[in-house]
Amino acid sequence: MIALDNVYKTYSTGVSALNGISLKIVKGEFVFVVGSSGSGKTTLFKLLLKELEPTSGAIYMNNKNLSRLRRRKIPRMRRGIGVVFQDFRLLKDRTVYENIAFAQRVVGKSSKTIKETVPQLLALVGLADKASSYPKELSGGEQQRVALARALANNPPVLLADEPTGNLDPKNAWELMKLLEEINLRGTTVVVVTHNKEIVEKMQKRVVSMSNGVIVSDESKGGYTYEN
Amino acid sequence: MRISTFFYCLKQGLKNIYRNRTFSLASIGTITACLFLFGVFYCIAINFQDIVKSIETNIGVTAFFQEEVTEEEILELKEVIALREEVESVTYISAEEAWQEFKEGYFKDGDEGILSGLDEDNPLEGAENLSIKLNDSSKQSELVEYLNSLEEVREVNASDAIADSFTNFSRLLSYISLGIIIILVAVAIFLISNTVMIGITVRKEEIAIMKYIGATDIFVRGPFLVEGIIIGLVGSAIPVLILRFLYNRVVEFVLTEFSILNNLLTFTDVNVIFRILIPVSLGIGLGIGFIGSYGTLRKHVRV
Repeated sequence: MIALDNVYKTYSTGVSALNGISLKIVKGEFVFVVGSSGSGKTTLFKLLLKELEPTSGAIYMNNKNLSRLRRRKIPRMRRGIGVVFQDFRLLKDRTVYENIAFAQRVVGKSSKTIKETVPQLLALVGLADKASSYPKELSGGEQQRVALARALANNPPVLLADEPTGNLDPKNAWELMKLLEEINLRGTTVVVVTHNKEIVEKMQKRVVSMSNGVIVSDESKGGYTYEN
Repeated sequence: MRISTFFYCLKQGLKNIYRNRTFSLASIGTITACLFLFGVFYCIAINFQDIVKSIETNIGVTAFFQEEVTEEEILELKEVIALREEVESVTYISAEEAWQEFKEGYFKDGDEGILSGLDEDNPLEGAENLSIKLNDSSKQSELVEYLNSLEEVREVNASDAIADSFTNFSRLLSYISLGIIIILVAVAIFLISNTVMIGITVRKEEIAIMKYIGATDIFVRGPFLVEGIIIGLVGSAIPVLILRFLYNRVVEFVLTEFSILNNLLTFTDVNVIFRILIPVSLGIGLGIGFIGSYGTLRKHVRV
């Protein structure tokens, strides 16, 4: 499903962010990627979305070789990945409903489909009663759940989350994790890039630890092994 | 492209225009000014062309004769000239007729006023002439040369000079207008590209999210393209409408205020002008809008 083969990434400034990463994540897995800032997590995240090109090495996403993917095919590839960010990135001038509907409209779903699926998604993340609220009227945890609903709007096989709990208090962070776990159980591959040691240890999932652009440990049912 | 995508782009494009209406209006205003000037110059140029053509065919060449040449001699010469290939017809106009014609031409209503006192003492004595019409105006200089070579001929008046100065003037006019129009087109493209740029900056976040979600180029760029194209089309429709409204009024005004010119000027029919002007203006407006927005998008919005 997701595979990296000896991937290097050196920025034009000379900074080498990834120094030979090889990683395989199979369909239906739940994986944490941990490491301090500067370890290359964010670079990895951007490579998976083809926002950046690797300097060398191959990346496969949903069985497609990303470096062979033509520019005009990028949008279709990205529709197979749901993304959640630390800062939610919701459209502030639109309601919760419109934010989620937007994701479907962008990929050309019909109004009928949108009307059917948005309430289902809101129910899934437990915000059925907030459809007509604006993001600023919601708590951080609620906003992140809207972002999650949006990420799932097009039913992607892979969900990538970059520090999804970074702006949340422990209670909300935990609720979000439970939600991610539930989504994972429904068959979606989930990759969470995080700092949150407590959560990683509690969840008992596969943990990939990174440091200085290399993978230092990869344990199934691991804890947060990387020491700062 | 799906129809729903088209309507989405249209709706968002209109929203963009409304959101930064100051810049949109400035862009529309510049295109309007640009195409208004273009339209005015176009109308003038077309009319000039028609006038030159009518001068060439209607007036033709007039030959005046030496004082000692008699009417009989002139009439003999008339027959000789009429035999020439390029000549369509030759008319003899006596001094008396020339004077009558002049009076009629300038005082249509028959009120000859002070001029009637001059009937006894024809001011145009010696102005008897042969008025020659050509079937091929390009042979005019050849004929003029021939006439000048005749010793009976005192002077040849060809419409050449008038036609030439009209042509020169209209050429000068089109150069000046071309210069102004090029500058204005550049300004218009710049303004549209700025308007679109503001829209892009305002919606930066939204565009970033759209890309992550997997929106295609068309979907991300469509609204901005629509914005540019609508600004271009509105900016080109306004001057065409204004010109359509003004044209007949100006023609009417010129004809009543300068009635002396009536037999000289023939104005081109409004429909003939606008059959060309409408599509050309809209095309230019569309082009400006498209280039202005597309250039900016290529530079700043990439998947």
